[in-house]
Amino acid sequence: MIDFNWAQHLPVLPIVIPLVAGAAMLLFAEARRTERTIIALCATLANLAAAVALAWVASGGMPEIWPDGIAVYLLGGWQAPFGIVLVVDRLSAVMLMLNAVLALASLVYALARWKKMGPHFQSLFQFLVMGINGAFLTGDLFNLFVFVEVLLAASYGLALHGLGTPRIKAGLHYIAVNLAGSFVFLIGVSLIYGVSGTLNMADLAARVPALNDGDRILFETGAAILGVAFLLKAGAWPLNFWLPSTYSAAAPPVAAIFSIMTKVGIYALLRMGSLLSASSPAGAPAPFSDGWLFGIGLATLALGAAGMLAAQQPQRLAAYCVIASSGTLLAALGLGGAGMKSAALFYLVSSVLATGAFFMLSEMIERTQRFGENVLALTFETFGLEDPLDPSRPDDVVGIVIPAAMAFLGLSFAGCALLVTGLPPLSGFVAKFLILSAALDTAPLERVPLSVWVLWIAVLGSSLVGVIALSKMGVRLFWSSDEIVTPQLHLIEAAPVAVLLLLTVVLAAGAGPATEYLNLAGNSLSSPQEYIDAVLGNGVPPPSSPELRGIERMEGIDIIKGIGIIEEVVR
Amino acid sequence: MEIIYALAIGVLTASGVWLLLRPRTFQVIMGLSLLSYAVNLFIFGTGRLTMGLVPIIDAFRQADASLYDDPVPQALVLTAIVIGFATTALFLVVLLASRGVTDTDHVDGEESEP
Repeated sequence: MIDFNWAQHLPVLPIVIPLVAGAAMLLFAEARRTERTIIALCATLANLAAAVALAWVASGGMPEIWPDGIAVYLLGGWQAPFGIVLVVDRLSAVMLMLNAVLALASLVYALARWKKMGPHFQSLFQFLVMGINGAFLTGDLFNLFVFVEVLLAASYGLALHGLGTPRIKAGLHYIAVNLAGSFVFLIGVSLIYGVSGTLNMADLAARVPALNDGDRILFETGAAILGVAFLLKAGAWPLNFWLPSTYSAAAPPVAAIFSIMTKVGIYALLRMGSLLSASSPAGAPAPFSDGWLFGIGLATLALGAAGMLAAQQPQRLAAYCVIASSGTLLAALGLGGAGMKSAALFYLVSSVLATGAFFMLSEMIERTQRFGENVLALTFETFGLEDPLDPSRPDDVVGIVIPAAMAFLGLSFAGCALLVTGLPPLSGFVAKFLILSAALDTAPLERVPLSVWVLWIAVLGSSLVGVIALSKMGVRLFWSSDEIVTPQLHLIEAAPVAVLLLLTVVLAAGAGPATEYLNLAGNSLSSPQEYIDAVLGNGVPPPSSPELRGIERMEGIDIIKGIGIIEEVVR
Repeated sequence: MEIIYALAIGVLTASGVWLLLRPRTFQVIMGLSLLSYAVNLFIFGTGRLTMGLVPIIDAFRQADASLYDDPVPQALVLTAIVIGFATTALFLVVLLASRGVTDTDHVDGEESEP
């Protein structure tokens, strides 16, 4: 074909860009930091551009290629149920953009000093971004497993980045739990394949209603096992005790990008729950259905709130904020209701930006404390760097030192606290308000069910606990300490935090257009038929080359038909 | 054949889970390995158990579906083996690092009180 259109390869770019960049950086020696940094920055910026372009496509920007606003990309040109598809709809596009923004912020922050703490930080970082992007894009269950493994493998390396005993201890638990979780994931996927004969999520949703009773029990077992794996990734109680120690021990820019990793689990739950909701009259199978998520979410929220109260270091506090955010999301999604999905998505975006900023901020705050330096000091010792906590010595980091460091830290901490607890005027308030209002909309006001009030109490109560915990921490860090050290903050460390916080201001100011977009995303989740049709029906195949078609003719067998036959057998 | 196959998966899983819950890192990694064998066999079994059948379409058998084995689980199990092997190897490195740093092979990095 002559009219080779570059634009139709857009959906695969968020996977290809980090993959190529990460691999290319391995070719440079570890000492050539400038080249690596340039590649990493270019790749992350390109990734952001691709994500923004995909968000535009998903809102119907390219009707000549993807008329429904759902971009379907057939890898290798194989037709949908047989090959692997990448699907971009509004939900995926939002998640991709969020990941790209967070990746850029963490990378810039890491450039100040953290990239030097261990080998191959930049490559692992790109592979992590690739895995997360891929998990948001794929429309195939097994491919989802592969991308989750890619992101986990990169995250194992990054969690240990900088080494030190606390990181190794936490990493040991993290890897063991996630390896076991991966096996659970695999059992779920293969059970589902065994009964339904398909791995394509859209095809699965179309086939499930036709299953007979015996197969349906097996299918629901498979879905339940899969759901457990997703909940483990989402950091849901009782499978989240690995999370606080890992996230609080990880290097701060790594922890910042990790804060979107739990959202991969939430995304997978949302996507599968949406597709399976039409599978039987009773709705989606066990963990995807409303009642289960609600209870698990409440328990997770309670644990997150209790942990916030107990946390002694800012980074540990931030880790419990991640758990509380997961809990709020799961409880809100579990309650269900028409406007809840978009409200929860708004909360998701806001809370990921907030916790990302909080992780980076917490490390800068810890530099003001003499007692909190143990983790950092060990790391710096390991790599023979001079102690950056000593302000009398010149720092070897190039960059502009910003003035009024304490004022910046204090203001940013207050901003993060407002976001996490959901106080006005930042986007955290808008998000929690949307969730509470969507909860009330589920029933007429005089007959509001008990679960709505439970959600209200849980969300408001956890906010109150958050206020207590964060003000306690703030007072201790900024006001009551005699030995406070004014740290030297560099522009490239302060800027990412400032940008993330400014984004939440923008999100609060532009809440109208944002909720409009997310409403459309939520609505398409509630009516999955459009997604299923787009994947199975009329995806535009990339132009196949004439040689390939020649081979197909020589063999005399229509390969696609052949695979179809095999699929039938399995069914 | 199915009974033996199912029993093998069951025994591997049970021993894997038991070892996974033990306090020594070596036991944990053996448990994870056994679990991965069980899971790989399980995936392989989902494509029904056949003997002497090929997973690739050839000209003689044409479209008779009963003469073929399901190729998809075989592809899946290959991927799962590779990923499981690689991540377990990575875990082994962390295990050794932990042993070196903490001077104990307890999973928490410190001996619990006897």
